Amino acid sequence: MQYRKLKLEVAVHNFQYTRAKNAAGAIAELSKNPAAKLVAGGTNLIDLMKYGVMAPDRLVDINRLSYNAIQKESGVLSIGATVTNSVAAANEMVLQYQPLLSQAMLAGASPQLRNKATMGGNLLQRTRCPYFYDISEPCNKREPGTGCGALKGYNRMHAIFGASDACIAVNPSDMNVALVALDASVQVTGPKGKRNIPIAEFHRLPGKHPELDNTLDRREVITGLLIPDNAFSKHTTYLKVRDRASYAFALISVAVALEMEETTEGTTIKEVHLAMGGVAHKPWRLTAAEQLLKGKKATVENFKMAAELAMQGAKSYGHNDFKLKLAPNSIVQALKTASGIKA
Amino acid sequence: MVENKSLEEEDNQGSSRRDFLKKTSVMTAIALTPAAAIKASDLKLDEKLADALEQVPLSIDINGQHHDLKVEPRLTLLDLLREKLRLTGTKKGCDQGQCGACTVHIDGVRTNSCLTLAVMHDGARITTIEGLATGNQLHPMQEAFIKHDGFQCGYCTPGQIMSAVACINEGHAGSEKEIREFMSGNICRCGAYANIVNAIQEVKAGGSRA
Repeated sequence: MQYRKLKLEVAVHNFQYTRAKNAAGAIAELSKNPAAKLVAGGTNLIDLMKYGVMAPDRLVDINRLSYNAIQKESGVLSIGATVTNSVAAANEMVLQYQPLLSQAMLAGASPQLRNKATMGGNLLQRTRCPYFYDISEPCNKREPGTGCGALKGYNRMHAIFGASDACIAVNPSDMNVALVALDASVQVTGPKGKRNIPIAEFHRLPGKHPELDNTLDRREVITGLLIPDNAFSKHTTYLKVRDRASYAFALISVAVALEMEETTEGTTIKEVHLAMGGVAHKPWRLTAAEQLLKGKKATVENFKMAAELAMQGAKSYGHNDFKLKLAPNSIVQALKTASGIKA
Repeated sequence: MVENKSLEEEDNQGSSRRDFLKKTSVMTAIALTPAAAIKASDLKLDEKLADALEQVPLSIDINGQHHDLKVEPRLTLLDLLREKLRLTGTKKGCDQGQCGACTVHIDGVRTNSCLTLAVMHDGARITTIEGLATGNQLHPMQEAFIKHDGFQCGYCTPGQIMSAVACINEGHAGSEKEIREFMSGNICRCGAYANIVNAIQEVKAGGSRA
């Protein structure tokens, strides 16, 4: 948002409040009341309620649910849904096995917000598109059918991949970009039981239904995240390009996870995972670029080729034209940092 | 201080909000048509309206004082502190979690009090800028802010100081760069950042903890 209205008093509509004792209780509340919402950290939801963007008539507080553990079992790191971003980012197992996740989370928000924001809540973080936030503007995500204010409006922060005529908003989370690069999955429980949703299938592209950010059922509760072991811990980088040195949303971000190998030909890339933030309605995995780099030598030439390939199909909307150049440059820079090559 | 009364009861001098709502909703109904009033009464709409605005019990410790309160669910922790308990040291800047002026410690953890609901902190221990000094003896961080001119207008200062104390306790004050990164949630429009960093470095060097 560019300007803020002066507000001295709470403008939030009233609502009812329940503390859930367990997941079953939370699911029951969501099932019987379509206008109920879960609240954990609340750093995004309460903000949206102040703007009038969201107006649940009941909040179900899930902070007392016991999804606060970080564990490592049979090759998988699991992080409970109500663990805060601060706690997870500083956790020794996260730092040892999945440093990329810690780097990405520490690049997001501020220490105070990370102290409240939870893993589950960050997955559900809504776009920061100013047209979504301003209830006097049209927005298909906030009010389906009203149109998209950003398409021909001020769209500097907006998508260059996977957008539709209905919505060009981006997912604002840093954590989500790392999770996509790390092949995480989301553990949920709902009226039909438990399931694991691969992170790539969790967030969705806008298409004709930008009001849906993800594939979670309205009555489901996120209970945790699962991240499989990998051999990336020595070569990870989360590069975030933004308007301020800290505490700003990404214009472009790049998550790089590399497994390097010394061969007779020099330093080669054995395995590579790449994802970008600030470019699409969901964290954007760079599959084609990964395939190109796999087995190749870690050189700037190869990185540039991969970045060029990653940009195929990109489309800008005016104010965000600069992203067409900033994005590939950021990919190259992040790969250089992660691989440790000098040139 | 132990309070068993609802805050609204205090404000309304004994007349509870629920009763008030019941009366006003019934009066509104009567002002419509007799038929509508009878129907509203049959459906217990006054009860429903009162339920919708029900207050929730909240037991909370603020700066070492215990409070038993009743609050609306929509009340933020910041508004509880400022508007209900008259603890106006904690400032409302943006009210959107973007400036850090409202930073307080919840169970020792720094938090934006504007983006969290009071009812979510039943049983919590809150420390505000008013609770930092020991009697007339200022906290070392307060002393350091004065010594280093860590402010001009002073509006962001309570939030800066609460954040700075937590920054050291968290172990995030190891270098100027680290301090700047981990103080980035507190905006100062006067631009006193250089002096704020100096103040934090001095307290860190002195080994003081909250």
